[in-house]
Parts: sequence; structure tokens; C-alpha cells
Amino acid sequence: MSVEPILSVENLSVRIAGLHILQGVSFDVAPTGVTVLLGRNGVGKTTTLRAIVGLTPRNGEVRGTIRMGAQSLLARPTHRLVRGGLGYVPEDRCVFAGLTVAENLRLAERRGTTPAYDKVFALFPELDRRGRQRAGSLSGGQQQMLAIGRVLLNDNRLLLVDEPTKGLAPKVVTEVAEVLERVAESVPVLLVEQNLAVVRRLAKDAVVLSAGRVAWTGNAQDLLLETALTKSLLGVGSGEVPASARSESGLRAPQSRAKDGAA
Amino acid sequence: MNTVILLTLTGLGLAALYFLVASGLSLVFGLADVLNFAHGLFLGVGAYATWWAAGNLPGAGPDGFGFVLAVAFGVLAGTVVAVLVELVLIRPLYSRTIEQVLVTVGLSLAGVALLQATWGADARPFDRPAWTREVTSILGAKVSNALLLLIIAAVLVLGGLLAFLRFTRYGLVIRAGVENREMVTALGIDVRKAFTLVFAIGGAAAALAGALGGVYFGTVSPGQGGSLLIFAFIVVVIGGMGSVVGSAYAAVVVGLLQQFVNYYGTTGLGDLCVVGLLAVVLLLRPQGLAGKVATA
Repeated sequence: MSVEPILSVENLSVRIAGLHILQGVSFDVAPTGVTVLLGRNGVGKTTTLRAIVGLTPRNGEVRGTIRMGAQSLLARPTHRLVRGGLGYVPEDRCVFAGLTVAENLRLAERRGTTPAYDKVFALFPELDRRGRQRAGSLSGGQQQMLAIGRVLLNDNRLLLVDEPTKGLAPKVVTEVAEVLERVAESVPVLLVEQNLAVVRRLAKDAVVLSAGRVAWTGNAQDLLLETALTKSLLGVGSGEVPASARSESGLRAPQSRAKDGAA
Repeated sequence: MNTVILLTLTGLGLAALYFLVASGLSLVFGLADVLNFAHGLFLGVGAYATWWAAGNLPGAGPDGFGFVLAVAFGVLAGTVVAVLVELVLIRPLYSRTIEQVLVTVGLSLAGVALLQATWGADARPFDRPAWTREVTSILGAKVSNALLLLIIAAVLVLGGLLAFLRFTRYGLVIRAGVENREMVTALGIDVRKAFTLVFAIGGAAAALAGALGGVYFGTVSPGQGGSLLIFAFIVVVIGGMGSVVGSAYAAVVVGLLQQFVNYYGTTGLGDLCVVGLLAVVLLLRPQGLAGKVATA
């Protein structure tokens, strides 16, 4: 990578309860656009994001180097990392079910800054309308919007987003992908995503993990052009996007992207 | 009829004591996952500090404003001890459950021993305002003013806690933290400050229970906190960890059950019924009446 990365992970090793989950992972995240972290289930994608944001369990052991700019992130408490501009949208949304939508958002406000409610409500008007509704009663898509909206209330230097389209209806997948595309215009994103159609639409760079190690890094679109490679690394060919995701979501089909890439 | 009213109000008085101890215990467990066996110590400290202040603190005394000052001193002492316990002993042990249990059990035993060593093992008479020794007639039943004071105090504490949880930033953090502590930190909030705060709130409420328990019983003794703590734990489990409202409901159920069964059955049978109720709740609704939600 020729430009200075926003995030640099070097030789990251994570052990949790005796399991050596990450075994010397190294990669960079570009200062613009979306870098996607790919891999089969259980290779350590979520563990990587959680290690970056300081959420490795207490019985876990993290070694290596994680830098955002000149700043070392390792061993710093999570709340300080987040206040320092590291936004985190966890897998499964983790909205506070017993709180209202407005309370979930209010919780994300940071002292000394003006929360960007206008920006959040422009992206997700539904959150404004449903301010008094309990978050636990929202649909999966609405909860995902809330989870992303919480992070976007504040200025971030980097967003970590873990499987934002998991379990969502195709139409909602499109909406989430559109939002992330717009967000990535102003802040770099490290994205964990299984939906290759979403990857195809959003990702500039890709890092593929396999058995706790980096198996491949490079241009995401180049990776998706290599059907045999994606099949061997991810267990699914780049063309194997669910029909629903192609037709209903409006995400570009692999073939059309392949042409784009060729062009 | 008079007996039923008297039993009901006595049960509610007992419930008030349980609630004052259990509300803080419940929030501490719900937010910080700390099973604090030293919580009874905060009650003991509150009781003894109030008793000491009434006799020794300048301006304080057993009557009028002096008594209010004595109770305030007792509550302050319980709060300070609770905060110190959290900062010094509990904070290094978060997520280490066994060590927490060992430390809090040890602290509880050491605290009782310290109170005994300082003021003796026997119960001490508690100087209290004259009006608390009098009775008020309610629907023909003569009810101790001390009992009414306890009930009123518990209702005020319940209202104050709910308002705090509902309308303040820290209340919001505590309610969220009870649901998902990790996510609270992932939003950039130092949840450890909320831990200290719930210990302070819990310590203050328990200390108030100690002071008002002294008024009600007319004595203070080193083991008072420990015996109340057992039922407070039962109230917390029945009410649901982390739920203030659940604790209030459960305290009323436990207090009334104990009073009525002990009166109409055999003394001690009420306690047994409470344990039976605990078993039933654990079997049918393990999350308790209100589950793990800090209700506002």
C-alpha cells in the first residue's frame, strides 16, 4: 500500500481459553474507502475486530502491534479507543433492547462534541420517527440502522463494522449497503462481511483470513474475479450470490461487476 | 380485621427493610456482575455510625434535626465504605467471580468482627426520637411510627432511584450497562465510573436501612446486616437481577408472606415459605419477576 494506512495490524496473535485463534495476523487498512475482512466461519474475523477495539475477553491474551496513525491501540481501554475515533458496530447489532431508540442514540453522545443527529436522521429517517419505541421491538433491519446510527452520531477516524447485513432481508441489505457506501466516502471502514454482493459493491481492498492467518490480501475486485481463488479461500465462488440478493437488493450481479472491473 | 391490617403494615415494614438492602445489591449484581456478600456490612456501618453520631457527633442527637444529622452521617459512612470497597477490593477483581466471592465473604466476616471488637458482641440500645416509639391508629390497628417511617423512606428511595435511572445520564448508562456492559464501553463510556456509582447508591440505601432498622428494632448489633442480607439476596433473585422495580415487588411479596405465615402458622414457617417461593421462582422463572433489565 503506497499511502499511509489508517490502521496497521502487525503479527496480531490472540489466544482465548487456550485456543490460538489468531496466529500472527498482519494487514493494513487504507485511509479511504472500505477494506473488507473475509474468511470462512470461525477463522477469526470477529476476533480481529474485537482485538482492535480492545474487547478481547479477560481470559484472552493479545500480542502483536495495532496502530492507528502513530498511536498504539493495544492495551488501551475500549472507551478511550472509541473516544479517540474508533467506531465499532458489533455483530448482531447489540442495541439496548430495554431502552428506546432515542435513549440508545443519547447513550452514544460524547461529552464535548455536538452529536450529528441531522446526519443520522438523514440516513435513517425511521429512527427519528421511532424515537420513543423500545429498541427491542424494532425489526432486525431497524436495529441494524440504530446500531450504525449510534456510531455515526460522532466523528470517527475509522469504523469497524461486523457483518452488518447478517440475517437481513434483501431489501434491507441494499439499504445498509447504500448507507455504508455513503459513510465510506467520508470515513474509512474495516468491514467484516459474508455477502459477496455487498463486498463487490463496497470493498476496495480485501484481507482474507484462513485458520487464524492472513491467506490473501489485495484488491477486493481482483479477488472476486478469481472464482477458483474465492472458492478455495471462502468456500464459495464469487458468482454464488443468492438470487434474492441480486434481484431484490439491486446489488450488482457478479458478471456486471466483472465487466466494470475489466473496464 | 385489625390483625390483618397490622400484619400487612408490619410485612410492608419488613419489605421496606429488604428493599433498601436489595435495591443496591440488585443494581450492583445487574451492572457489575458482582455478588457482594459484604453488602450487609454497609448496613452495619450505617447502623453503628448513626448510633455513634447520635451520641457523639456535635449537633447530632436522638431527636429532631439532630437525629436527621445522625442518620445523614450514618448514610454517608455507609456510602464511603461502599465506595472504598469497590475501588480498593472489587475493581481489581472484575470478571474474577470466585475471587470476588472470597473477598466479599471475607470482608463481611471481618467487618462483623471489627464491629464486635469495637463495640462488643451484644446489641446496643439505639437512641431514637420519642415519636418513633409511639403508635398511629390506622383503620383501628395501632401501628408503630418507626414502621411507618421505614415504609415512607423505602417509597421515597424507590421513587428517587426510578427518577435517577429514568432521567439522568448516569441512570441511562446503568440501565444500558445492566443489559450489555461491553456495548456501553464500545460506545466510549467508562463503565467503571457507573460501577462505583452503583456501589455508592447501594451503600447509601443499605446504610439507611441500618439506621432506620435501628429505629425500628430499638437496638443495633454486629450481626444485623448479615441476617437481613440473606433475605435481601432472596428478594434480588425473585425480583430479577438489576431490576429496582422487581426488587420492590419481591420485597413486598417476601415481607407479607413471612409475616402472615409466621402469624397464622408457626414462627419460622414464614422463612421456610420464602425459601420455597425462591425455589419455585428459580424453577419457573429463573430470570426473576422482572428479568435482567434496570427498569426505570
